[in-house]
Amino acid sequence: MKLTFRNARLVCPEGGERSGDLHVADHEIVADAPDGAQLIDCGGRILAPALIDLGVFAMDKAACRAGGIARIGLMPDQSPVLDGPGLVQRAADMGKPELWVHPIAAATRGLAGENLAEFATNAEAGARAVSTGRGWIADSGVMRRVLAYARDCGLTVIAHAEDSGLAGHAVATEGETATRLGLPSAPAIAEALAVARDLMLAEQTGAAIHFRQLTTAAAFDLIRAARARGVAVTCGVTPAHLLLSDINVTDFRTFARLSPPLRDESDRQAVLNALADGTIDILCSGHDPQGPEEKRLPFADSTPGMAGAETLLALGLGLVRDDRLTLPRLFALLARNPAKLLGIEAGTLAPGMPADLVLIDPDAPWQINSDRMAGKAGNTPFDGLPVQGKALRLFKGGSEIG
Amino acid sequence: MQSPIDHRPGAQIHGRAVFPHAHLTGISGLQPHEILFLLDEAEQWIEANRTRAKSDHRLDGLTQINAFFENSTRTLLSFEIAGKRLGADVVNMHAAQSSVKKGETLIDTAMTLNAMRADVIVIRHMSSGAVQLIADKVDCPVLNAGDGSHEHPTQALLDALTIRRRRGSIAHQRVVICGDILHSRVARSNILALTALAAEVRVVAPSTLMPAAIEKMHVTPFTDFDAALEGADVVMMLRLQNERMSGAFIPSTREYHLNYGLTPERLARAKPDALVMHPGPMNRGVEIDSSVADMPGRSAITEQVEMGVAVRMACLDVLTRKARGVEGWA
Repeated sequence: MKLTFRNARLVCPEGGERSGDLHVADHEIVADAPDGAQLIDCGGRILAPALIDLGVFAMDKAACRAGGIARIGLMPDQSPVLDGPGLVQRAADMGKPELWVHPIAAATRGLAGENLAEFATNAEAGARAVSTGRGWIADSGVMRRVLAYARDCGLTVIAHAEDSGLAGHAVATEGETATRLGLPSAPAIAEALAVARDLMLAEQTGAAIHFRQLTTAAAFDLIRAARARGVAVTCGVTPAHLLLSDINVTDFRTFARLSPPLRDESDRQAVLNALADGTIDILCSGHDPQGPEEKRLPFADSTPGMAGAETLLALGLGLVRDDRLTLPRLFALLARNPAKLLGIEAGTLAPGMPADLVLIDPDAPWQINSDRMAGKAGNTPFDGLPVQGKALRLFKGGSEIG
Repeated sequence: MQSPIDHRPGAQIHGRAVFPHAHLTGISGLQPHEILFLLDEAEQWIEANRTRAKSDHRLDGLTQINAFFENSTRTLLSFEIAGKRLGADVVNMHAAQSSVKKGETLIDTAMTLNAMRADVIVIRHMSSGAVQLIADKVDCPVLNAGDGSHEHPTQALLDALTIRRRRGSIAHQRVVICGDILHSRVARSNILALTALAAEVRVVAPSTLMPAAIEKMHVTPFTDFDAALEGADVVMMLRLQNERMSGAFIPSTREYHLNYGLTPERLARAKPDALVMHPGPMNRGVEIDSSVADMPGRSAITEQVEMGVAVRMACLDVLTRKARGVEGWA
């Protein structure tokens, strides 16, 4: 398969923005036009590395196609839990040929937070990182061994930061909204408390740690200080905590029940600042489709999580439009940095990279509609929001995903 | 000389315009004049309930379903009596004792009740927001009889009615609410109703039972009960749930009584004629001493129960007016 993309607005996280052509041969991006290439006229639209969505909970091909996502980092919170080589290998193969699935293996057996899973064996079967899953490992001794052993295996630990003692059965962040609604709530410092411990353990063990989502000012302060000391720490966030706050759970809207819960407005502003100043490395969807049987319940009884794969790109482009980010930086957050974390060569437009590409009309207007999602479920907290930007065509290794 | 035009809010509007709500899911969302309208409507039933012949027939032929997903004795009984005195056919569904598990089949249950052509549904549920969820799915009026830690609007209405009758007014009364504010739907609904009607509300609890940012609801929080009681017109004690008394939120009932029990000595800090209230059932000797609970002229606790029936009759009447085709409401 040989392709030449003509007349494109090329956006590369490392090479910046330029207008021109991009060539593909043998599944890779190449420097020179190959003979007999099929011509694709981009009409001046954006051609960028396809999105790499780190930390999704379900393999949802239709949602990924609609969202311009060619690769996912699949969380170990599957049924059964991805804690053995057979399960990891099966997960790695199940997206083919339309979607690259990079499994993230469970750090502990059954994600129970007690006994170490087989890191090296699972890595050989295709796992690209290990994770604590949806939960926090409460036992500091176990977490220290997880980090130390992951360092030995050269794997990053993807952590969830919520002190489980403080969080308890909370379904909302402590504050006026939770008080008015009478919802079980936990103070926002449950996050920073967890981050502080895990950073100390990572620093002491020399392990690389990634916090899948950070959502509070106090947590970002800890990250900045740890980085200044040389701790190998990265962090991510979803559009929800950038664009919504706890007032969005008013009226008991279960689509806005997330983990961690939506924070107050000052923390939301802190997330925006952390995105702008480079503290945040990865923007992910947290894709977690849940049907009505999980969501059409009283708020506290519903399952947390949102469908996000289809809206990630458009919401990200909105941040560019609002001058929060440049386009190349957006694609560093959406493609290059997740690739680096997973240890895969992808996420830029440099020759030699796999031809995972997305052609984007950045201005195409549409309205997020929970009843009309391409993916498995429509549990989006952004229902009704008008957005701009669509993935027109998606290529994985030079082959178009229909 | 009095103006021939009544300028009070709501005075010149009638029927549905004065109370445009299809359901009563909470005090939140009600305007002060709408709360007062329900209190005014309740007044007529107080006297009627004191006569021998207590029956009215305005709800004849209507089916009232009391769907209680959480155990209750007095609230259920109060709603049942209220419905029956208005002539409704009252059916009780004890979902807490049936196979209906927490939340799981709530929407299905709502659809079932709807299909049985209930004319009014009264719901109590252990999850905040559950009643609103059902109200959105059914065709008939829904009355919230308590949802989780969220709201218990008829309790707030009966408390407001009690205060108004005993103190003459609600405005500018200093009301002290003491107890488990964190988990209390009674506290939330009362805060909303009393502050809407211009009372000065103080809430008292140990910090472990005080919700965050409660001052945003226009109340003054106290951890020192004695300080809060100074100059109080009304002292409203809340019930402390058994499971919260043994170490999880407070060390013991003995210690709770030491700091937050309403004793005659403590009550002396309030105004000499201050009213003592409790939504019941009481833990005598824990949050309230028997001598205070039974104090003649001061305790309004049994009167609250009486007002409860009147308020619930008023709510059932008002919410079914549209379906009954009452003039101005249809």
